[in-house]
Amino acid sequence: MAILEVSDLAITRGSRAVIRGVSFAVERGESVTIMGASGSGKTSVLRAIAGLEPLAAGQVVVDGVALGPGSIPGGSVRRELYRRVGMVFQFHHLFEHLSALHNVWLAPVHVLRQPRKEAERTARALLEQLGVAARADAMPHELSGGEAQRVAIARALAMGPRLLLMDEPTASLDPARRGDLAATLRQLADGGCSLLIASHDEEFVRGCADRVLTMAEGRISEASPR
Amino acid sequence: MRRPLGFILLLVLVCATVPANAQSPSELRWGGDAEGGSPFVEADPNDPARVVGFEVEIATLLAEGLGRTPRFQQVGFTSLDAAAARGDFDIGLSGIEDSSARQSRLAVTIPYYQFREELTVRDADAATFRTLADLRGRRVATLGATLAYDLLVAAQSTSSVVPVIYEDDVHPYTDLILGRVDAVLLDDVLAERGVRRNPGLTNQPMAIGVGHYVGITAPGNTDLRDRMNGILISAMRDGRLEAIFRRWKMWNDDQPRLYARLTSGGQTPQTAEDPAPPITGWGAAVRYLPALARAALVTLVLSCLSMALAVATGVLIASGRVYGPRPARVMLTAWVELIRGTPLLLQLFVLYFGLATVVQLPAFVAALIGLGLNYAAYESEIYRGALEAVAAGQLDAARTLGLSERQTLVLVRGPQAFRFALAPMTNDFVALLKDSSLVSVITVVELTKETSIFAANIGSWLLPGAMCAAMYLALSLPLARLARRLERAWKR
Repeated sequence: MAILEVSDLAITRGSRAVIRGVSFAVERGESVTIMGASGSGKTSVLRAIAGLEPLAAGQVVVDGVALGPGSIPGGSVRRELYRRVGMVFQFHHLFEHLSALHNVWLAPVHVLRQPRKEAERTARALLEQLGVAARADAMPHELSGGEAQRVAIARALAMGPRLLLMDEPTASLDPARRGDLAATLRQLADGGCSLLIASHDEEFVRGCADRVLTMAEGRISEASPR
Repeated sequence: MRRPLGFILLLVLVCATVPANAQSPSELRWGGDAEGGSPFVEADPNDPARVVGFEVEIATLLAEGLGRTPRFQQVGFTSLDAAAARGDFDIGLSGIEDSSARQSRLAVTIPYYQFREELTVRDADAATFRTLADLRGRRVATLGATLAYDLLVAAQSTSSVVPVIYEDDVHPYTDLILGRVDAVLLDDVLAERGVRRNPGLTNQPMAIGVGHYVGITAPGNTDLRDRMNGILISAMRDGRLEAIFRRWKMWNDDQPRLYARLTSGGQTPQTAEDPAPPITGWGAAVRYLPALARAALVTLVLSCLSMALAVATGVLIASGRVYGPRPARVMLTAWVELIRGTPLLLQLFVLYFGLATVVQLPAFVAALIGLGLNYAAYESEIYRGALEAVAAGQLDAARTLGLSERQTLVLVRGPQAFRFALAPMTNDFVALLKDSSLVSVITVVELTKETSIFAANIGSWLLPGAMCAAMYLALSLPLARLARRLERAWKR
């Protein structure tokens, strides 16, 4: 059964159509990558699924939570959506006023109501898993691009998403770290977390994607199994 | 580029100033405060370009005696002494009271009018409050830096009277009607006018003190002062002064006795009740230091509480303008523009005097609300700008982590915005500390007001000004230092 179903998705900016009728699905535990040149619409699709872009037409269903055309979701739809989906941004967007560790335990404590100590323990374990435990107390501006990216992944994973959206996750990583990240993501997918990754890093995609969708000019131009 | 422009501006200013201060022997420049109103000096209701009042007629009398033309120069009442000392005018006439302090630092004319300090009370209290001793623990209104003020300060220690200082002679009587004060102590000329304008008030017959109106000139101007004394003596003898005071319904039995003493070559009568012999220099500093320290505390407490109110209200307004529905945004924008577009002084007047018939706020509370709400408008703009300066990516990240709008504001957007807002907030707090001096218009005696009383009493702004500046700096510098430390800590 699909964790994500996107049907006839359209997004406009002013009078310009940036996504023109995109449809695809992601199965549970599947790792799907959207490839395409810059400006092809990869990020817009991810943002629409994450409830950050209003849909002009079509539908997005994430594990039973449906988003339709109109404004970005609020109220109970918003709450239910973010219990299921997490997102890692290309520029990581770590909270600038909080340490790396605090960035990771903030949402589990305030959204999932986890006890602070337990959330902090989980956060440290995630940072350890991603190889940045030594930087737990550093502020975001003190982290390198790669470190910040891994802290951002830990932050998204701390919420236990069933579907993780990642926008250009290797943009700030050196080749060795790219391989590590691909392995980590494969583990996540094997553990049941579905992944939808926007990337134009073919080597990375080969390392972690079950399936590749290729986008051009706001449409899926090619869909092929790995 | 800036230097030549600054120099030209300075030159223009100097050129514009010179003619106003230039000595013209054909004129007698006399200074007075037309805000003092009838019968002293006021704008003629029929021709506001000219002034009328008994002081105007005395100035005319003196000018005629000197063979000159009188020319009125508007000077704020509290600045008359300083302006006279600077030589801004030839003579100051505006119900100026004789005092040994004034005698010691200016060339003062002989007195031309004797007044009594009268206690004004509500009709219902006429039998209870006859003297200052009857007003133990009660609030008594007066004007700062006057004989009446000195009498009240003396009574503060002997009868526990609470002096309340006003900057004008109208509101003491309206506040007496409203019950904000229990009595007013001012000279009989003002007391008669206060009772005439405010039915329900009574002047007690027993004089609390006696004083005299005099003219003041620059200390080195004794020659002109002596010639004017001669003119006044002559006008006392031939009845011209009597005619003036009869026209203004001020003639009474005290004046013939005063004139007889002066025209017979008697000494200038000293005000027996003048309780403040002049002191200068460090003696004055030591004497006024406790009062200045108390006033500095008032300034500090008022500023801190007002800033707290401004911050809290500013946060609410900014949140409403960023997150609220359109009608709320429009209303809040209108409120901010209304407050920013009108003077703080006007807002304080409206809050304390204008609303007095609806709600009688204590002066300190009115000052706190006035300053707090005024600064809230400015703070809200800082916070709104700071909230909007937080990167959209931060808000997207908060949203995708499942934080609600409120949690995003409290946990992410607010703390980040606060960092942007800290420097302008510190700036505003220092500005508020200084703007708090405006609340003296609604009877709160803070640091600047206490300093102006000090300066008026010793006749110099040099030492009081230096002490006042040192105290403001002592209050504001640690604050700026704290803000810098906070900024550094957050930037680590």
